[in-house]
Amino acid sequence: MAINIALDAPRSPSARTKRGVNWEKWGWIYMRVSGVALVALIFGHLFVNLFLGDGVSQIDFAFVAGKLSDPFWQWYDFFLLWLALIHGTNGMRTIINDYVATVSVRRILQSALLSSTVVLLVLGTLVIFTFDPCPAGADPELVASFCAETL
Amino acid sequence: MPAKASGAGAMSSSATIEVSPPRRSPIPGGTLYRGNEGMWSWVLHRITGVAIYFFLLVHILDTALVRVSPEAYNQVIGAYKTPIMGLGEVALVGAIGFHALNGLRIILIDFWGVGTRHQKAMFYIVLVVWLVLMIGFTPRHLMNVFGG
Repeated sequence: MAINIALDAPRSPSARTKRGVNWEKWGWIYMRVSGVALVALIFGHLFVNLFLGDGVSQIDFAFVAGKLSDPFWQWYDFFLLWLALIHGTNGMRTIINDYVATVSVRRILQSALLSSTVVLLVLGTLVIFTFDPCPAGADPELVASFCAETL
Repeated sequence: MPAKASGAGAMSSSATIEVSPPRRSPIPGGTLYRGNEGMWSWVLHRITGVAIYFFLLVHILDTALVRVSPEAYNQVIGAYKTPIMGLGEVALVGAIGFHALNGLRIILIDFWGVGTRHQKAMFYIVLVVWLVLMIGFTPRHLMNVFGG
């Protein structure tokens, strides 16, 4: 039994000779640069939320409000959101390219991936910067202690 | 119509050649890569990456509930404090820890002059550092979940 395979001759023109921005290269660089930043950001995120204090059992609305009323944590979470979600999206894009051979199915999955990422980036950014730690009429038991001065 | 890979045909831009089906290798695993540290680090990196990605989608949505109401956020975040989810968080932190450490290993393989030569040793360093981090995290986390 023999298998027929079409092979281009050596040094045939390939994608590498195309002009313009090499997006695949910049994606590769992005994974490494954002990866290093994410190691620091996510270890800090896990350390503060899951290790310090009472860990997962301390997390509630008042805990998040205490963090997100501080510009430091707003920008921390902003960079965490954008770097991590784009890193994850580029990884999923690679995986779709690896396993989905059908062009139409691949396009549908890549579009779904891109749209969910855009929606979540916009949603997450709006939440971080429009968040009100002391919403009007909220149960005083559920909000941060510093809301007592404003409610 | 591509020519056969013989004589002048081999000089054309595309050629059809006959390839025999691969023979079964006498060496278990077959290659330097298959079945060894390089392959398993890649497999684990992919699986943990996909798992973390889907958690991230859920985590952005559950955090967005702080914009709805304190009651809505507290109710949903309460699910993270149950025993089953508490164990799930050990798995999540384990996945993130491996993906982070192995990611640094990949960067060293790419950019460090002798990184490729030490990729196996670095894989075992990743496993040891991962184990140390998990020993530090897991008991404390389980006390927070099950300690009431």
